[in-house]
Amino acid sequence: MKGQVQEQPLRPMPAARPLAAAERAKVLEVIVRLRALPGALLPVLHGVQDALGYVPPGAVTLIASELNLTRAEVHGVITFYHYFRSTKPGKQVLQLCRAEACQSLGATALEAHVKQKLGVDFHGTTADGRYTLEPVYCLGNCACGPSLMLDGELHGRVDAESFDELVGGAS
Amino acid sequence: MSVRIYVPQDAIALSLGAGAVAKAIVAEAERRGVQIQLVRNGSRGVFSLEPLVEVETAGGRVAYGPVKARDIPGLFDAGFLDGGKHALGHGLTAEIPYLKQQERLTFARVGITDPLSLDDYLAHEGYRGLKNALALSGAEIVQAVTDSGLRGRGGAAFPAGIKWKTVHATESAQKYIVCNADEGDSGTFSDRMIMEGDPFVLIEGMTIAGMAVGATQGYIYLRCEYPHAHRTLNAAIAAAYESKHLGADVLGSGRRFDLEVRLGAGAYICGEETSLLESLEGKRGQIRPKPPLPAIKGLFGQPTVINNVITFASVPIVMDRGAAFYKEYGTGRSRGTLPFQLTGNIKHGGLVEKAFGITLRELLYDYGGGSYSGRPIRAVQVGGPLGAYIPAAQFDAPMDYEEFAKIGGMVGHGGIVVFDDTVDMAAQARYAMEFCATESCGKCTPCRIGSTRGVEVIDRLVAGQQPVKQEAVLRDLCETMTHGSLCALGGLTPSPVLSALNHFPEDFKRPRVVAAA
Ligand SMILES: NC(=O)c1ccc[n+]([C@@H]2O[C@H](COP(=O)([O-])OP(=O)(O)OC[C@H]3O[C@@H](n4cnc5c(N)ncnc54)[C@H](O)[C@@H]3O)[C@@H](O)[C@H]2O)c1
Ligand SMILES: Cc1cc2nc3c(=O)[nH]c(=O)nc-3n(C[C@H](O)[C@H](O)[C@H](O)COP(=O)(O)O)c2cc1C
Ligand code: SF4
Ligand code: FES
Ligand code: FES
Repeated sequence: MKGQVQEQPLRPMPAARPLAAAERAKVLEVIVRLRALPGALLPVLHGVQDALGYVPPGAVTLIASELNLTRAEVHGVITFYHYFRSTKPGKQVLQLCRAEACQSLGATALEAHVKQKLGVDFHGTTADGRYTLEPVYCLGNCACGPSLMLDGELHGRVDAESFDELVGGAS
Repeated sequence: MSVRIYVPQDAIALSLGAGAVAKAIVAEAERRGVQIQLVRNGSRGVFSLEPLVEVETAGGRVAYGPVKARDIPGLFDAGFLDGGKHALGHGLTAEIPYLKQQERLTFARVGITDPLSLDDYLAHEGYRGLKNALALSGAEIVQAVTDSGLRGRGGAAFPAGIKWKTVHATESAQKYIVCNADEGDSGTFSDRMIMEGDPFVLIEGMTIAGMAVGATQGYIYLRCEYPHAHRTLNAAIAAAYESKHLGADVLGSGRRFDLEVRLGAGAYICGEETSLLESLEGKRGQIRPKPPLPAIKGLFGQPTVINNVITFASVPIVMDRGAAFYKEYGTGRSRGTLPFQLTGNIKHGGLVEKAFGITLRELLYDYGGGSYSGRPIRAVQVGGPLGAYIPAAQFDAPMDYEEFAKIGGMVGHGGIVVFDDTVDMAAQARYAMEFCATESCGKCTPCRIGSTRGVEVIDRLVAGQQPVKQEAVLRDLCETMTHGSLCALGGLTPSPVLSALNHFPEDFKRPRVVAAA
């Protein structure tokens, strides 16, 4: 079990709902494409998350049986890694850097502003479904922090004002 | 004749608007009917000038920065295509003191070449190291790397040649070369800059390693927080296959070397080599006990060379110019150069590659120009989240693995995070414990439970609840973590915590109030 500290609510695995046919097809496509790789599980999980935005709990059985793993193994891997998520994210994923170099430039205050502005905590999705907020520990932009990544696009020297501009009218 | 203009494609430059600048230049040139050739280079690593636009002139490359898209018409008006004068101009790029005074060996091409042009790479001494290596036996390559004095740049500084020698000497039908590109430390980006700015040098270094130890398969384990590097590496690998620098018959030598990028998934612990190997095998990234060392039983149980990006990227120049050339740089047992990364609250953040021996003060003030906020620098954390906080009184320490360890510091991967006098060191100590709790792999109790206890104890200490007792408990806990943890995450977390407590005890006594500037 990963250590639990206040700022980092652990994400419980939601109950598995059967995969919709379209989702199932996408998961299978990823598995077929990548299953021959040695150590295929991480590439498969990345593939599934790239395709669907998350790894649906209902996909665990399918992935396990296709890769000759137990469900517990697949579940264990998904929960071990911070990046994999088991719930559908908002339209865009916003990763906010919490690490030291960004702290030295005001990341802690920015974090409070972001949470308040979006009305969510880490791992939460805004009420309008636009943003999912995730913590991240360094984006390699440490000389120009505070940093964040919005759907893979890096932003530096972010402050409350430029953040509000970035997310527009979201609340 | 069309003018060649350089606008970096590096993630930092992009985060500061380089994409819009590139677009604006193309549009403005079109509007004025001028022929230009736009090259998307890596970053020179002077971030206060990014986006840095360079124009190639007869006298050399001329620099303008930091450029915003709205500056472009003005730059054209000022005749920047001929190196004309402008308020954002800095003259010849090569003469900018920040760059001129560096000793760029590993980063020799970064910011200069087009990262994805193999022709550019070859024209700038690329693949000469591999060509030399292919004429040698594996043992001779290992000897050259050993002679160069190159030590692991991931942080632990273990001699690369000795590691390779172990893998070379271990018999096995299958061996692996694994590049640790997890770069988890806050305050570091040199791996990323090489991967985005000169990916072929990493590919070449790993290929040389493959030839040295007899490994045919390589993996680059890249953190998933680096999507730009991912794209660049994949494109470079494809180009290397295309030109037979990778594959079944490397440069007609009849020898195979295959290379593939794999993505991590946001776990700091997966930068630790055994955890990384578990992850590559498709498992939870839990630490394996050492021994056996990866050099003997590594990926899928086979002998494996695992090195940091910068370690591999430093090998081509060693094989090109020779071990003696490389070894001439540096001091004591720290040979060669290290790309230092000036980060956090620093005026001129960036990448400074210098021979070992430069002092922290020179880096912070001569290069860094002091803090970004303009306030006094109070503490710097060197060597990542597991490195000690260094107080101003110790800034004259030289960056040399052994010398820096004497003051309780760790050079590590060369990341330097600067804090001004508004920093609350008790909060930093608390964060170190919290980070350890978040990232613990859960294998051993001192780390998994100890770090969570650590957060609570620091909270009580700062709140003034029986402070003498709490401090004793905290020190005791650190002692247990240092000696009872299986890996350096639990084992080194006490380093930032205790350095904060020892050098800045006043911050733990009462809530800190800082006077306004
Ligand atoms: N770059 C980053 O982002 C980052 C992040 C966290 C920690 N670190 C660094 O990691 C360091 C700890 O790393 P570690 O726990 O791997 O250190 P370590 O001392 O256990 O190992 C260093 C390297 O030497 C190898 N080695 C040791 N003895 C050997 C032998 N006899 N033959 C062949 N190989 C041998 C190991 O396998 C390993 O590759 C810390 O000091 C820290 O600086 C770096
Ligand atoms: C918690 C932890 C995290 C680590 N993270 C990294 C990392 O991100 N990058 C890296 O190169 N080494 C990292 N290391 C060090 C590796 O275990 C290993 O020493 C290194 O990859 C060896 O390569 P080198 O000899 O070229 O430095 C980490 C070590 C620990 C204990
Ligand atoms: S010290 Fe922490 S991260 Fe390292 S093996 Fe133990 S529990 Fe895992
Ligand atoms: S404590 Fe055993 S895996 Fe969490
Ligand atoms: S610490 Fe935030 S980008 Fe590195």
